[in-house]
This record gives sequence, structure tokens and C-alpha cells, in this order.
Amino acid sequence: MTGTAALSRRSFLVASVAGSAVLSLDATVVLAATSPTAAADVLNAFVRIHADNTVTIGAKNPEIGQGVKVMLPMLIAEEMDLAWDQVHIVQTDADEKLYGVQTAGGSTATPRNWLPMRQVGAAAREMLVMAAAARWGVDPATLTTANGAVLQASTGKSATYASLAKDAARQTPPDPAKVKLKDPAAFKIIGTPKPGVDVPKIVKGEPLYGIDTRVPGMVHGAVVKCPAHGGTVASFDDAAVKAIPGVLGVVAVNSGFVPEGRNDTLVIVADSWWKASKAREKLAVKWDDAAVTGFSTAGYEADAAKLVAGSPQTSVFKVGDPDAALAKAAKVITADYEYPFLAHASLEPQNCTGLFRDGKLELWAPSQSPANGRADTAKFCGLSPDDLTIHLTRIGGGFGRRLLNDYMVIAGQVAKAMPGKPVKVLFDRTDDFRHDFYRPAGWHRLTAGLGSDGELLAFKDHFATFGTDGKPVRAAQMAPGEYPAPVVANVDLGVSYMATNLATGWLRAPSSNAMAFVFQSFLDEVAEAAGLDLPELMRRTLGAPRELPGERAKFHTGRARGVIDAVCKSAGWNGRQKGRGFGFYFSHLGYFAEIVDITMADGAVKVNKVWVAGDIGAHIINPLNALNQAHGCVIEGLGQAMIGQKIVQEAGAITAENFGDFALMRIDAAPAEIAVEFVKTDFPPTGLGEPALPPVIPALANAIYSLTGKRHRRLPLEVI
Amino acid sequence: MSVSFTVNGRKRSVEAEADKPLLWVLREDLDMPGTKFGCGAGLCGACTVHLDGDAVRSCQTPIADAAGKQVTTIEGVAMNETGKRVVAAWTALDVPQCGYCQAGQIMSATALLKQNPKPTPDDIDGWMSGNICRCATYLRIRAAIRQAAGLPAEIADASALPAVGAAGEQLA
Repeated sequence: MTGTAALSRRSFLVASVAGSAVLSLDATVVLAATSPTAAADVLNAFVRIHADNTVTIGAKNPEIGQGVKVMLPMLIAEEMDLAWDQVHIVQTDADEKLYGVQTAGGSTATPRNWLPMRQVGAAAREMLVMAAAARWGVDPATLTTANGAVLQASTGKSATYASLAKDAARQTPPDPAKVKLKDPAAFKIIGTPKPGVDVPKIVKGEPLYGIDTRVPGMVHGAVVKCPAHGGTVASFDDAAVKAIPGVLGVVAVNSGFVPEGRNDTLVIVADSWWKASKAREKLAVKWDDAAVTGFSTAGYEADAAKLVAGSPQTSVFKVGDPDAALAKAAKVITADYEYPFLAHASLEPQNCTGLFRDGKLELWAPSQSPANGRADTAKFCGLSPDDLTIHLTRIGGGFGRRLLNDYMVIAGQVAKAMPGKPVKVLFDRTDDFRHDFYRPAGWHRLTAGLGSDGELLAFKDHFATFGTDGKPVRAAQMAPGEYPAPVVANVDLGVSYMATNLATGWLRAPSSNAMAFVFQSFLDEVAEAAGLDLPELMRRTLGAPRELPGERAKFHTGRARGVIDAVCKSAGWNGRQKGRGFGFYFSHLGYFAEIVDITMADGAVKVNKVWVAGDIGAHIINPLNALNQAHGCVIEGLGQAMIGQKIVQEAGAITAENFGDFALMRIDAAPAEIAVEFVKTDFPPTGLGEPALPPVIPALANAIYSLTGKRHRRLPLEVI
Repeated sequence: MSVSFTVNGRKRSVEAEADKPLLWVLREDLDMPGTKFGCGAGLCGACTVHLDGDAVRSCQTPIADAAGKQVTTIEGVAMNETGKRVVAAWTALDVPQCGYCQAGQIMSATALLKQNPKPTPDDIDGWMSGNICRCATYLRIRAAIRQAAGLPAEIADASALPAVGAAGEQLA
């Protein structure tokens, strides 16, 4: 471990009226240089030791189904030497000054917290040991801990953590950077299956989610938003709406999309959401949207075709002389690939509950990024960020949608307009589809040149996407290290931008979910031209195990090779075989290789089985949840590819109304089997919410090619 | 209008517009938020409840249609034997990810097993295809239904945890 620890050496204990004790550790830790965040990260873990020797552990990150509410407390409990059945997990509020970063995004929770959360647990354990040593007048080195107790083997003495908690709090807290961590061989909790902490409540229908928030006296808001993104309210007539008994009023707000001083959203507030929702048809609105109604899917497609045929506006990576190399190549392969805008379609529609009183705003927010939500909401409400209290609810699906906080910004302004009245703002499904932050579409013209021996000599891509002033819109970036760029001598990754009025955003495995399809499908074409299969082309281009530099993370060719070999072995891959396809991708620090097995019936694809091999480091912290995440990634990727998912835009507005227009994968299309294998390597563990998704898409497209001979170069694949 | 019906064995009476969906009566008027709003169009299954024993989409059931009938929701599904087995299997196999759809999944699965106690894999997929799970917990849903039915839950992930390190080579 490297780095220095600047400590706020503060520890205190409070005896509560219930006879419990609070042991609070507050530490500022600089993460090890191996961490992908690599910058100073503030954390504070909250541990409460109760009189009955149960221990409450605060789970700081938003839970969107990725299992973080169990995973982070596992790290603390492990190093504290607790028995898992002693542990009681509670969701903390949003407070980054107290808890450190609280974001559910980028598969970052594991790499960011692996060390600091364990340090918090280990520091707490050390203070309990010191307390026992002082009480017994013995050398702390003679003491051990297990199952929430300190023990001295030679004398048989033991004391529960509960009996030591008050003394422990008077100990000088250790330096978290120097505290002794367990030898992984001694792990008892990390690496063992732990079920979801909220499952017993979920199966009983107990309130957990943002939409379930109930505050006494609460009223409800339904939204009316300008259909064309970026349009604003010119005028509205709410007389007919206000005449409905139970309707309290209409509030005009800015969801954060449009310049300050303009509004793009009207919220009808009533004593029932059903009533508010129904009242929307009586609201007459004139929109100022002339500047944004010209945008359409058809327009983008026509513009993209012109763009990719010309020269790139800019280049994100260039090396060697690709044009000269192509002129000398024995074979040149070229192909165009494209993919559409996508919605997130989390099953819990966007919502947030707010209460403004005495100049302070309290929010119940299903947000993946509450710190950003705090800043944005404060700005649009004209409040100081410190005036906001944010309670984190369980979240009915994130997928990146809730990294952007329009629902908080809206609810905050409505609450502020109705002081003293708690108000829950809820989108309906159509609002949710039509006012998302979409995965941006993209168009690629790819060219590869092979030498007479099949060596990949040159590689070019011209990527047409969305941007302004020479910069991509959110989630439209192409990384300079997009494989195979780092291993080819002559490369040009060029980009051209066009305008859109749509707000774009991160969809699970952002950028990677599209790039994997484009690059791994095209490399399957290149491999065939070289007389190889894709795993073999990958092995040859990866070369010897080594680290390649990357913009955000280094890419280890040996780890890539490890998962490629593992998945080929488990699936019995023996070269090109009808109905089998392969894909590899590295994203979010995880290496994944996947093989898809399909058959076709009546022109439709049936996925029989998917093999997954992943390398996310030395430990799978919670294997029970890890399987669930891998399954979810695979099926979501298949859903993006094979059931027609595409967001269509006309006259500036999104056409999708409900799940009939934008399908989600259903159980009858899910594979019968997904075989997941984790390849363990001696690297710190990293996240699993995303990296298993990207490779399944090219694996499916390549499987269809192997079976039918038809190369699909556009998502969604035309197979339904 | 005033509507009387039975929810999870308890007689309830509400004042509501006749076209107000049962979903919103449960959530707003009876403070029973276990039944979930997903699409409002009968397409996702998140709002599934039992009406006189049949699985229905409560977002498409005007409250007037529930008058005098027996409603069972997720809050009460474990009061009957089949529902209890389904809930136990869901818990044992750790089915949920985000969990938002799972009330509807459990209600649909319970209705399936009541009328088809030993469903085939095709029966399960056919019956459950009206319920979307955005997180895609489908393999565990299949396994949990089979376990609740007393059938071998031979789905790979129900019996085997990942082979950590099985194929790994240590890298320096």
C-alpha cells in the first residue's frame, strides 16, 4: 500500500438511551496508488455496537440492485472479525463529508472502497483489542478476535465487543493507512455467498423504494413536459385543471435542461397522483420549441452517412501512417457499423419526494448520484447545498438513468413552491421513456489492412456521433485505447460530430456497450479474412503478457488472454463452428470473454447458452450476487441486440410511449443457461455491475454470422 | 363512489372515482405500496395481484370491478400455502436484484402454481412472460418456481456457486 494518511483523529462514543453504544470512526485516507481513482478520497464509516453485541453497519452507497448494500458492509465486518449474523445493515443518508463518495456508477464501488472500508473495520477492531489489553493489563499482541469478541488464548479470557465498546472509543484511533489488515487466506466473510439484505422486505411488499415514500400530509405531482427536448413553456392555461376538486395547483419548473429563467416542465399537484395524472389532459400549454423540432432519427441517419463518407473532423488517436500501410496491404477489409439511441427504462419510474420548511429542503431521492443531485437541486432552488437533507431510498433499477437528477431538481422546486407540504413527483411510463438521458447513437466506417502473412498492419475508424464545438456530448466519447488501436502500428481513430437536442447519458457499460459490438464484430470479419477465428486473432494481437497504457486504466494483455483461454476451454471452442460466436471486452477494469450458442427457428434467434469468463481480480466478494450481476449483464446485452430496442425521434420528440414500443427482454427469450466462471488473478478486486455486458453483443452477432452467413452490422440486429 | 371489497382477508371500504385503478387505491387509499406501478398499461406485470384467485394487472382493473371481490396482494400472498412456498423459494435463492418487479413476479408465480402445480419449463416461460424483470433475474425466477413446485431446481446457479480461481493463472 502506498500513499499517506492525513487523519482527522476523532473518535467518540455515545451511550444511547437504549443502552447501545456508538463507535464512530472518522478518517481521511489517501487511497493506494493502484486505485483507479488515485486521488484523495474522504471516507467515514459508521459502526454502532449494541448492548446485545449486534453491530449496525452503515451502507453508504445507493442500492440499485447491484448488491452494494451488502458488499460494502461485508468489507467492514470482515476486518472487524464479526460473525455475519451479528451484523445489521442500514442505509445511510447522503452526506459525502461524512461518508465519502456515494455514487452508484462506473462499477467503482469495489475498487474505490476495497481498501478504505477494510481499513475502517480493521481500525475499529484494533481499538477494541487495545481496550481489552488495557482492561486486562496484557500485551495486545497476545490477543485475538473472533465472532465479535476479543480473546486471550493462554488465559481463556474473553470479552464481547459490546462490553468493550465504551473503553474502545477512548483509545487513540490508529492510522488507517498503517492498520494491520487480514491475510486474505483468513477471510471468513469476503468470498462467501451473502443474500440481499432487503430480500425479506421485498418478498413481503414492505416500503423500500423512492416511490413508496410516504410523509404525513403528502401530496402528489404529475409532470407535463415539452415533448421536443429543449423546448420551453411559452404560456399555459390551468383554469380547467384547477377546477378539479383535489387539485392544488400547477407549478412551472426547470428540470435542468433549459437555461435558467426558462421552464420546461409543468407539475400538476393534487391530493392523489392518479388525479393529478388524469388532470394533465385538461392543461393547455403552448411550447416555445421551434428551435428543436427539426431533429429526427431520419435526419441523423442522413447526416451520419455524409459524415462517415468524408474526412473526420478530429482524431482521438493517430499513430504511424495508416493510409500508406493500407496502400501496401495484401487485403483491405472495410465495413460500416451503427447503433441507435437507447433508453434506460428502469422499472421504477423516476420520482422524488420533497419537503421545504423553515428554509430547508428535505428530499427522499432514488438517486445514483446524490451529491450531484444536491448541487443541481440547490442551484435551481436558490438554496445552499447545506440546506438540503437527502435520504437515500432503495432504487428500482438504475442502469445509469439516475446518475442524472432531473427528478430531484423538479421535486425540489415544487416543494419550495409549496412550503410545509411534502410532495412526491412521479413520472408515468411515457414521461420516463420520452424524457430520459439516452445512450447516444453512433455510426462507424472501419478499415483494416492485413499483410500477406495475415498480420494486422493498419486500422482506421471514422466515428460519427453527436457533439458541439468539437467535443462529444455526454457518453458519446471514443477512447483512444479502443482495441486494437494500442497493438497496431498504423492507426487513425477519427471522429465527426453532429448536433442533437436530446440529452444523452450513461447506460450500463456506457460507450463500451456500443464499441464492443462495433470493434469485436469487425475484428471477427478481419479474423476471417486472415484465416483465423476471433479468439486466435485476439491472442496473436495481444502478444506477450504486459500492461498497455490507457486513458483511464491500464490494459493487461495477460489478463485478457486469461479469460479468452478460459471461456474457450469451458465452451469447448474449437474454431469457427456454426451457431457459436465469441466476443471479448475490457471495461470498468474488468476483463470478459463470452461465447454465445444459438439456433434459428422460423427466422428468429434462440440463444441456448452463454459462457462467461471474467477477471475482476483476486476476490469475488459476494459470489451469490456476482452471479446475479453476470446474468443481468448478459441478458441486458442480448436485449439490446435481438429484440428491436431502438429509440426513435420525430420532430424533436421521442416516439416511444410504453413497453410495446421499446421492448425489454422477457423470460421466454432468456437463455436456458449462463455458465459463469471467474478467473482469479493477483490484482485488487474490481466491479461487476457492467463489464460482463459488452462482449455478449458481438458474441451474438458473430454467432448469427457463423450460423447464417449474414453479417449484421446494425443494432438492433434484424432478427425478429 | 363507495366500494367495498376484501384485501388479504380484511374487509375494506374506499371512496374513489369508479375508474380509479385498483393499483392506485391500494397504494394511495389503503397505504399498501407493495403492489408496484411500472407501466400503467398492463405490459410489465409489476402491479399483478389476485382478484378472486386470478392474476390480474391492478393498473388495468378499475376499482368498480373489484367491488365485493377478494383481493390478494404481495403483503398477504404468504397467507396461503402456495404463496408461502413461492416466497420461501424466492428468499432461499436470493432472486431479487433491484427487486422492484418481484412483487408482481411472486404474484404471477403463485397463480401459476395454483392452477398448474408441476409446470414444465415451457409452462413457466409462457406464463411468466407477462412480467418484465429489467435486471433480468430470469434464471433464478425459473429456479425458484421449480423449487416452490417441489421440482428439481437444476438450473446451474441454484446449485453451484462460481468456481473462483478454477481457471486462473497467477500473474505477477
